[in-house]
Amino acid sequence: MHELAIAESILSVVLSQAEANKAKKITRVNLKIGKMAVVVNDYLCYCFELISKDTIAKGAEVEIEEIPIKRRCFACEKEFEGEHLGLICSDCGAVGLELISGRELAVESIEIE
Amino acid sequence: MEIKVMKDILVNNNLIAEENANLFKDKGVFVLNLMASPGAGKTSFILKTIDELISSFNIAVIEGDIASKIDAEKIKEKGIPAVQINTGGACHLDANMIKNSLEFLDFDKIDLLIIENVGNLVCPIEFKMGENLKVVILSIPEGDDKPLKYPAMFSESQVLILNKIDFLHLSNFDVDKLEERVKGLNHEVEIFKVSCKTGDGIKNWADWLRGEIYKVRLEGLKSKVK
Repeated sequence: MHELAIAESILSVVLSQAEANKAKKITRVNLKIGKMAVVVNDYLCYCFELISKDTIAKGAEVEIEEIPIKRRCFACEKEFEGEHLGLICSDCGAVGLELISGRELAVESIEIE
Repeated sequence: MEIKVMKDILVNNNLIAEENANLFKDKGVFVLNLMASPGAGKTSFILKTIDELISSFNIAVIEGDIASKIDAEKIKEKGIPAVQINTGGACHLDANMIKNSLEFLDFDKIDLLIIENVGNLVCPIEFKMGENLKVVILSIPEGDDKPLKYPAMFSESQVLILNKIDFLHLSNFDVDKLEERVKGLNHEVEIFKVSCKTGDGIKNWADWLRGEIYKVRLEGLKSKVK
């Protein structure tokens, strides 16, 4: 629903990085998006394409690395990976698996000319 | 040529949120971000909270809705300062919207600011605004499976208000299951069972919030003395 706002944020971040490096063109944007981030990746790419048309990021390839959902038991610290995790530790029975990855929304790097 | 960036996409929002948080800390204002589905009882809950805490604190409210001033008007009828943000379509409030509202409130005269977010269990959790506490309301008619369907919201809110407990006898809502699901996502969550209609549980919540506000104030004073 707010992919447009997020695309605008990405554009702002990459344009300022490009300016700092005196780039003439941004050819690629590498993102890290957690599997539990509330974003639809295809729609995000579409929004970015639309709003970057009149900028040096026009035509930039957007590559998204999906970060898996990982949780850690707060009691015994065992780690679990997966989307459909139960929330009770299968090792020690504690109720509470804290999220340690899967909500990322980050610009990892850009490629410029 | 590749340039490492390694920046949060919402870095601009988060920077403004931090500015807001610094202002709130400086002025000794405790800020609460209240989130829930439409109709879960956010405004009713704020009105009940005001009734309990008005003798202890100066309270102000920022209301967020896509349209209409109806919520801010309800708050103002109690003599409480309220600012209405109409997003015109945005499904959540963000740090910049809060920053732009601040000029309409006198922070030298406020102890507690309650921000009523846009009715939505999906997007608001992504956008920090500078708050001390994230509170999510779930009402009995919505069902006990919502933490499974909206894990981010229920993982990252420090408080869960279970509202409309006066409906329990009319529903299949399993409170034990709900508690297990929420604690599974966040084992430190504080859960308060309330009814804004009957008033049940409201005093318990208000007493807890009063304690949290005093804790933060004390930490603020200690750091000023240092």
